[in-house]
Amino acid sequence: MRPFRSFFARLKEPLLAGVHDADLARELNVHFEMLRDDNLRAGMSPEEARRQARLRLGGTELLQDNCRDARRLSWLADFLQDLRQASRTVRHKPGFAAVAILTLALGIGATAVMFTLIDNILLKPLPYPQPDRILTLNEWTDKATAYGNLWAFTYPNFDDCRRASRSLLIAGFSYKGGNLAASGSAVVPEHVDGSEISAELFPVLGVPVAQGRAFSPADDKPGAAPVMMISYALWQRRFARSPAAIGKTITFDDKPYTIVGVAPAGFRLSQDDDIYLPLGQNIEPQMQNRAVHTVRAIARLRPGYTLEQARKELDLIGHRLARQYPQTNTGRTMIADRMHTDTSDVKSTLWLLLGAVSMVLLIACVNIASLLLARAVSSEREVAMRVAIGANRSRLARQCLTESGLLALAGGALGVVLATLSLRPFLLFWPGVLPRAEAIHIDWRVLLFALAASLLSGFIFGLAPALRAPSAAFEHSVRGASTPAGAARRLHTVFVVSEIALALVLLVSSGMLGRTLLRLSSLDPGIDVHNLLVARAALAPATLANPARARAAWKDLLDSVAQTPGVRSVAMVDTVPMREGINELSYSTTAALPPPDRQPLALATSVSPNYLDVMQIPLRAGRFFDSRDRPGGELVVAIDDIFAAHAFHSSDPQSAIGRQLWIPAMAPGPVRVVGVVGHVRHWGLAGDDDASVRAQFYYPFAQLPDVLVHRWSDLMSIAVRTRVEPLSLFPSLQQAAAGPGGDQVLYDGRVMEQLASRSLARQRFLVLLFGVFAALALTLACIGIYGVLAYLTTQRTPEVGVRMALGASAASVLGTVLRQSAGMIAGGVVAGIVGSLAAARLLQRFVAGMRGAEPFTIAAMVAILAGAALLASYLPARRASRIDPMRALRQE
Amino acid sequence: MGEKSDVWQGTLALMVLKTLDTMGPQHGYGIARRIEQVSEDLLAVNQGTLYPVLIKLEQEGSISSEWGTSDNNRRAKFYKLTKAGRKQLDAESRHWRQTTRIIDRFFSPEKA
Repeated sequence: MRPFRSFFARLKEPLLAGVHDADLARELNVHFEMLRDDNLRAGMSPEEARRQARLRLGGTELLQDNCRDARRLSWLADFLQDLRQASRTVRHKPGFAAVAILTLALGIGATAVMFTLIDNILLKPLPYPQPDRILTLNEWTDKATAYGNLWAFTYPNFDDCRRASRSLLIAGFSYKGGNLAASGSAVVPEHVDGSEISAELFPVLGVPVAQGRAFSPADDKPGAAPVMMISYALWQRRFARSPAAIGKTITFDDKPYTIVGVAPAGFRLSQDDDIYLPLGQNIEPQMQNRAVHTVRAIARLRPGYTLEQARKELDLIGHRLARQYPQTNTGRTMIADRMHTDTSDVKSTLWLLLGAVSMVLLIACVNIASLLLARAVSSEREVAMRVAIGANRSRLARQCLTESGLLALAGGALGVVLATLSLRPFLLFWPGVLPRAEAIHIDWRVLLFALAASLLSGFIFGLAPALRAPSAAFEHSVRGASTPAGAARRLHTVFVVSEIALALVLLVSSGMLGRTLLRLSSLDPGIDVHNLLVARAALAPATLANPARARAAWKDLLDSVAQTPGVRSVAMVDTVPMREGINELSYSTTAALPPPDRQPLALATSVSPNYLDVMQIPLRAGRFFDSRDRPGGELVVAIDDIFAAHAFHSSDPQSAIGRQLWIPAMAPGPVRVVGVVGHVRHWGLAGDDDASVRAQFYYPFAQLPDVLVHRWSDLMSIAVRTRVEPLSLFPSLQQAAAGPGGDQVLYDGRVMEQLASRSLARQRFLVLLFGVFAALALTLACIGIYGVLAYLTTQRTPEVGVRMALGASAASVLGTVLRQSAGMIAGGVVAGIVGSLAAARLLQRFVAGMRGAEPFTIAAMVAILAGAALLASYLPARRASRIDPMRALRQE
Repeated sequence: MGEKSDVWQGTLALMVLKTLDTMGPQHGYGIARRIEQVSEDLLAVNQGTLYPVLIKLEQEGSISSEWGTSDNNRRAKFYKLTKAGRKQLDAESRHWRQTTRIIDRFFSPEKA
């Protein structure tokens, strides 16, 4: 235990130094007095006694010093001394320090931002209590169709599971959007997204409501009093967060509801809902239908039960239901999995960016390392001298590391500041929706990461010079041989090679991304995106109750929009290309349907006749829809050329006309192909080539059976071809669409050009960031090469002097130096090409629309890099070629 | 230079411990005088080495100190052996005896 005790005693020392000094002075004084008294007793004169005592005692100051040393913790003192010296060195060369700290701050700041996102989005658990006990439930079928074998619940299945399960508290929810009448501070009705939720939802997630109460089981029944919960955002928007909102009545889809509660801020199920209704109050027919899968289910394990037990129980319930309802439930059961945030797309972007950022940081580290190494080698003579007069070698190494650590920490601190400042702007800049973006913040984990990153960087770039310090060739150095030892030169070469390689990887990656972006943006989307506006449209609920009236209302709406000044033409469509929303249906070319898992899928779009004209989709063969296509008449479809090629194995569109298709979801009998049209990049410019379902077909909204008119009307959008800038027309279109009762709504107006451009947002974002990183890497690598060569040539000045004195021309000296750098550059390029090929494969896997590494991109980037690197080496080379031989020799 | 003082310090520390063991609590001057007397004035204890040794021993917990009054009524700092110090003294004196025995054998006349 003694070492520990003395450690703590010494640790306290700096605090107690003053007390101890005084104490010791008193003690020494006593010692002196005793010595003097003894001398007196021995018969000396008082004068002599005092003089002898003082002689014996020696210098008090020195003694005090010795004692202080004994008390103090030596490594702590050494460290403080190193720190002082390091900060002195840093202050002596403020330029060097500033460059080093700034480079590091950029690197660590960018890495910290990436880490913050990764930490918050990918690593942190869901924002609910005991998140590992929350499960996602699905229906599961033993035969996979083209949709996969996981299904949402039907309400009856959900209800049976909910009642039967002992191990799980099960909650369900289902989408419910509609028109919310004016109330509170809102003066016009608005279309809102919402969900029907079962009473268990809030208990399952374990979140408290912000105001009022959540639904109780008594609310969650047919015929119960109509109640509603609202989102925090709506509460703020319409009621300024007043508690008085609770108990107010609000009209949703023409029906009054009493507000009973407010969901907590940031609460999100699957979209940004504004209202919540009790699921059990829904009495539409599908709620009794065991074949309509609309309910999404989540659950919380009840105390004492495990996931395994819950799975077994669900499976038992599933099998019981299958026996009970063979028609719908055969081969069907229920499964549970731990809930997790869906982050697949974001995930790869984040890791790609973290990878790129780390490369920049690494280059920065290598750069600083080579600068520090150059300095360490040039101060070798001084170091050797210090070793010769007794300096401890490990102490010298520690001193180097202290200095690099100091630089690293300063860089890291500045980096965290940069990260804090840039996090919010960066999130705004992010393409699309980041899960849980509002909760992303810099916390102690990020600080810890930044600290670790800076210390690691400091260690990386401090290591080479530190190892250099206690090198063996001391006598050599002291004697004044000034060429750098081979080891140091080799290390410098390694630095330059790795910098070039890393920079090349980033350059090629960004070049590939850039080319991909160019290629993708020049692709034909299949429609004319200019002067095209799309907007969702909703009819009044009263109109929708009657199919005939709904059809008439749609016709009137289209007519009045078409008559608005500035509008060229208008059509209605359920799923707009490049916007969210698809309808995948299976089809067959024969009346005998293949098994469900063998049926091919196609994207189905319900449109009005002039859709083709509005979107400017080319007609390849046959006709598009017209007034002949009515309900009750022969069902017709128009297919795109990809569908035609897939289904009828012919590249001639004409051959598809008149053929029959069986589409079970539309009709039991056949439908006739009347037209073939051009392919539209429905999945976006980038994603369409890689999409699994590309074939498309259109069917007339007019032929939709009456029972589906209501449901389809909920999904409808209009597409408007305009003569002027589309968005400027939106307000007048809204007025025109409002209808005679003023109860029809146009909302979510988008310009098609922006939707198309947004479909490349991820690629554009990556190009921009990789471009910035690559430029940064290139600059850093050039600075590195310049620094290293400048240093190496300075070291070779005497040698060059001798050569020139012996008759070497300036040109040949220039050539020698450039050859040296060309060698390093070539090494880096080779390593970089290997790295680039690997990076290309990664990018190809994670970024839609990427092709493999193209030789052209690699060649172009190598040229840029080599050019810049040679330019950076030209300056030191030229300086070497202008060396005055006489002066160089005298320097020796 | 540093190495020599290390050996000397180690030895001095042992002498200090032994002195405190035989004499009981004692102030720095007393310890120095006692060591000089026992060595029959062959050793002159340098105060510059004694006090650092005392501080070191105290930090290690082998001795403790407190201010008290000396025989001739002076306020002085008295050091005394702690339990840990006694243990250390036992261990080190055993070790020391063994070392000296070995060294003695090397230098004993009959073997030379």
